[in-house]
Amino acid sequence: MTASPLTTPLVGKEQFLAEFERAESAFADNGRGWLQPIRREAIHRFAQMGFPTRRNEQWRHTNLAALESQAFRRAPDVSLNEEIVAFARSFLLAEPGALQIVFVNGNFAPELSSLAASDGVRVSPLAMAMLDEGELIRRHLARHARLDERPFVALNTAFLRDGAFVHIPKERRLDAPIHLLFVSTSAAEPFVTHPRNLLIADEGAEAKIVETYAGLSGAAYFTNATTELVVGPAANVEHYKLQFESPAAFHLATIQVRQERASRFASHTLSTGGLLARNDINVALAGEGCEGALHGLYLGAGKQHLDSHTLLEHASPRCSSREVYKGILDGESSAVFNGCIQVHPHAQKTDALQSNKCLLLSDAAAIHTQPQLKIYADDVKCTHGASVGRLDQSALHYLRSRGIAEAEARALMIYAFANEVIDGFRIDSLRERLGRRIVERFQRNGV
Amino acid sequence: MPTANETIERLTSQDYKYGFVTEIEEDSVAPGLNEDIIRLISHKKGEPEWLLDWRLKAYRNWQTMEEPKWSNVTYPPIDYDAVVYYSAPKQIAKRPGSLEEVDPKLLETYERLGIPLRERGALAGVAVDAVFDSVSVATTFKAQLAKLGVIFCSFSEAVRDHPDLVRKYLGSVVPYADNYFAGLNSAVFSDGSFCYVPKGVRCPMELSTYFRINAAQTGQFERTLIIADEGAYVSYLEGCTAPMRDRNQLHAAVVELIALDNAQIKYSTVQNWYPGDKEGRGGIYNFVTKRGKCAGVNSKISWTQVETGSAITWKYPSCILLGDNSIGEFYSVALTNNYQQADTGTKMIHIGRNTRSTIVSKGISAGHGQNTYRGLVQVAKKAEGARNYSQCDSMLIGDQCGAHTFPYIDVRNPSGQVEHEACTSKIGEDQIFYCNQRGISTEDAVSMIVNGFCKQVFRELPMEFAVEAQKLLTVSLEGSVG
Repeated sequence: MTASPLTTPLVGKEQFLAEFERAESAFADNGRGWLQPIRREAIHRFAQMGFPTRRNEQWRHTNLAALESQAFRRAPDVSLNEEIVAFARSFLLAEPGALQIVFVNGNFAPELSSLAASDGVRVSPLAMAMLDEGELIRRHLARHARLDERPFVALNTAFLRDGAFVHIPKERRLDAPIHLLFVSTSAAEPFVTHPRNLLIADEGAEAKIVETYAGLSGAAYFTNATTELVVGPAANVEHYKLQFESPAAFHLATIQVRQERASRFASHTLSTGGLLARNDINVALAGEGCEGALHGLYLGAGKQHLDSHTLLEHASPRCSSREVYKGILDGESSAVFNGCIQVHPHAQKTDALQSNKCLLLSDAAAIHTQPQLKIYADDVKCTHGASVGRLDQSALHYLRSRGIAEAEARALMIYAFANEVIDGFRIDSLRERLGRRIVERFQRNGV
Repeated sequence: MPTANETIERLTSQDYKYGFVTEIEEDSVAPGLNEDIIRLISHKKGEPEWLLDWRLKAYRNWQTMEEPKWSNVTYPPIDYDAVVYYSAPKQIAKRPGSLEEVDPKLLETYERLGIPLRERGALAGVAVDAVFDSVSVATTFKAQLAKLGVIFCSFSEAVRDHPDLVRKYLGSVVPYADNYFAGLNSAVFSDGSFCYVPKGVRCPMELSTYFRINAAQTGQFERTLIIADEGAYVSYLEGCTAPMRDRNQLHAAVVELIALDNAQIKYSTVQNWYPGDKEGRGGIYNFVTKRGKCAGVNSKISWTQVETGSAITWKYPSCILLGDNSIGEFYSVALTNNYQQADTGTKMIHIGRNTRSTIVSKGISAGHGQNTYRGLVQVAKKAEGARNYSQCDSMLIGDQCGAHTFPYIDVRNPSGQVEHEACTSKIGEDQIFYCNQRGISTEDAVSMIVNGFCKQVFRELPMEFAVEAQKLLTVSLEGSVG
C-alpha cells in the first residue's frame, strides 16, 4: 500500500488494523500455529473497542487524543552504538549473579544481556523459549490477561512477537534479582513496540523480578507492554516496575498477576518518565490464604500525565492485601490514581487496606484519585484512604527556623514522603540509585 | 436465647407500616408523555406562559438525552409512556381555603402517618406542607410565618403569588439540561414546596414537607425551591411514604437550595418510600436531584439524610461552594435490605476561597441489599485554602449483600487539603459476645451497635426526626440480624 500525497496517512485504530493485515503473513511463518487464532481474536477485540475515549469510566481522566492522532511505525532495527550501550548499562543492576535480559526497540540484545542460568531457572526471549518450552507457554500465554475492556492488552496480543520469558522451577529460591530491561532509542519517525512478558514461578519458588523501561531523551515512541505473571502455590515473588521513558514517549503497560494458594506477591512501581504513561496492575488472589501488596510512587513534572490503575481481586477466602500509592506532582503535570479492591461473594475473612497520598507542589498540577471498594462478602475488613495536599507548612517552618534553606528543607520533606515507597525496595543497588535520583531531582528543580 | 444471626434476621424482616392505600377519588391525566400532557398539566395549574415555555424547552431537551447507565444499580427499562404524570385528589382541584374544607379522608391519611395537619400542641414547632400525589394538600402555620416575612407555601401558590422569585431562581442550581431525571422533572413537575426566608430572619420553626404517593401507576415529580436571603437561617425537613404495590413507581424530584451571603440552610430527609417486598417486587424508584448553591460569602448548606426506603435510591445531594468561606456538609445513613439498591453520595464543588466541606456517610447492607457510596470532591483552580474531610463507612449484615465505595477526588489547587477514609466490616461477633456477657440480649446489642454506627449522622437531625430515624432503622432492620 503506497500512500499518495493526497491521502492522509492512517493513524490510530485504522493504522494498527492495516498494520496487522500486513504483519499477519509474517507471523504465520514462525511455525507456532496455535498463536494465530489468539492474535486474530485479539485484533478482532481491538477493532471492536478501538481507542478508549474519556466516556469510558476507566479512561475518564486520561486523554489519548495525542496518541491516537499519530502514526507509529514498526520499531527500527538499530546497531548498538556507544551511546545506546552506555545508556543501557546505566540501568543494569549491580547485584552479582543478577540475570539480566535486555531488549533494544523490542529486539533482544544478547550483547547486553547476561543469562547464565543454572538449576533449571530460565530467563530468555519469549520467541526463543516458544521453540522448546511450547507446552508451558501455551498453558499460560494470553490465558491470564483478559482482552475484554482492555484494548491495549488486545493490541499487544495481536502484535505479540517477543519479550521476556522467566521460569523459576519448583522450590528454587533465587537470591539475585532477575532484570528485564527495555530500551528505546530515537528514530526518524515515531515507532511502537509491544513487549510481551511471561513470568512463571512454580510452587514454593522465590524470586525478585525487575522490569525497567527506559528511553533516550528526545525519542518519540509508544511502548505498549503486557506482562503476565503466575505466582504458584506458596511461591513468593517480588516484582519491580521502573518506568524512565523519554519525555516524549507514550507508555501503556498492563501487568496481570495470578496468585495461587498461600502465595506471596509484592509489586513495587515507580513511574516517572514519559509524556503520557499508564500502568494497569491487576492482581487476582485466586487461591486461599494469599498475601498481596502493591506499592507505587509516581513523580510528575512538566506537562506529564501519569495514570495508575490497580485492581485487587479477592476471589478466595482468607487473603490479605496491602496497597500504598504515593504521588508527587510538579509543573503542569497531572495524575490519576484508580485503585479498586473487589471482594467476591465467597471471599470471607478478607483483609484489605489501601491508601493513596498525593503531594501537589505547584498551582497548575492536578490529581484525580478514585479509591474504590466493591464488596460482596460480609466477613471482611476493608479500608481505604486518600489524601491530597501540599507540603506541611508548619513542618517547613520548623526546618527553616533551624537554619535549613527553603529549597533544601523542601527536598528533604519530599524525600521523606517518597521514602515510604522507596524504602520497601529490597534490592540494594536499586534502592540507593532511586533514592539518589529523587534527591537530585528535587534539589535541582529547587521546588 | 436466640443467636446473633437469628436476631439479625428477625430485625431485618419487619413489615412496612405505611403501605395502606387511601380510597379517594382522584383526578388523573391519561398515562403517557407528550407536549399535550405538559400543556394540560400547566393548564390545570393555571401557570403563566413563561413557565409553560420552560417546561416545553425542558421536554424537548430531555427527548435528546439518554438515560444514565453508570450507576451501580440494575432495573428493567422504564416505560415513560406508561406513567401517569398528574394525579390529584378531586376535591383538591379547587384548593380549599382552610383546613376545615380539606377532605377528612386526607386528614385521616396524614394522621395515620403520624403527621397531624391540624395545628396543635404536639407539633407546634413544625410547619408542614403536605403533598399528596401531584398536589399540595395543606400548609400549616402560614400566617404565623408570614408575620416574619417568611414565605412557605406550595410551589403552585408560589408561581401565582411570587412569580418574580420563582422565575429568578427556578433552574438556577439544577438547570433543566442537568441530567436525565432532572430534565424529566423540569418538564412535568407538578407541585412541591417553596420557601423564601428574607434578609436577616431566623426562621422560628422547622419547616417540613411530607410527600405521599397514593395513586397507582403515577409518578411523583415534585420540585422544591428554598432561598435563604442574606443572613437568614432555615431548617427544613422532608419525609416520604407510599402504599405497597406490586408495580414499581417512579419518583423523580428536584430540590434546589440557594444560600446568599451569611445565610444557612439545613435540609434533613427521612426517606421511607415503599421499598418493595421481600422478593424485591414493587417499590419506588427514587431518582432525585438535590443540589444547593452557597452563592454568598460565609454561607452554609447542610444535608442530612436517612435513606431506608425505596427499591432503588439514586441521589447525590450536593453543594456548590461558590462564595468565599462557604461550608458544605453531608451526613447520610443509607440502609438497604432485602433486594433494595442504593447508589447515593454527594458532590462538593469547591470554587470559592477557604471553602470547607465535611462528608460523613454510613451505609448498612442487609439481606440482598446493594449499597453504594459515590461521591465527588472537586477543588477548582481558584479554590485557595479549600478543605475537605470525608468518611464513608459501611456495615454488612448477612453474606448476600454488597457494599461499595467510589469516591472521586479531583484537586487542582495545591493549597487544597482533601482527606478520604472508608472502611467496611460486619458487626463483630466479639462485640455481640461482649454485650451478651453483660446481660444485653443479642437483639438489643445489634440495635445498639447499629445505632452507635449511625450516631454521628443522627445527632445532626432535628430532635423529633432523630428519634424517628432511630426507630425507623430498628424497624427496617428487623429480620435481617442473622
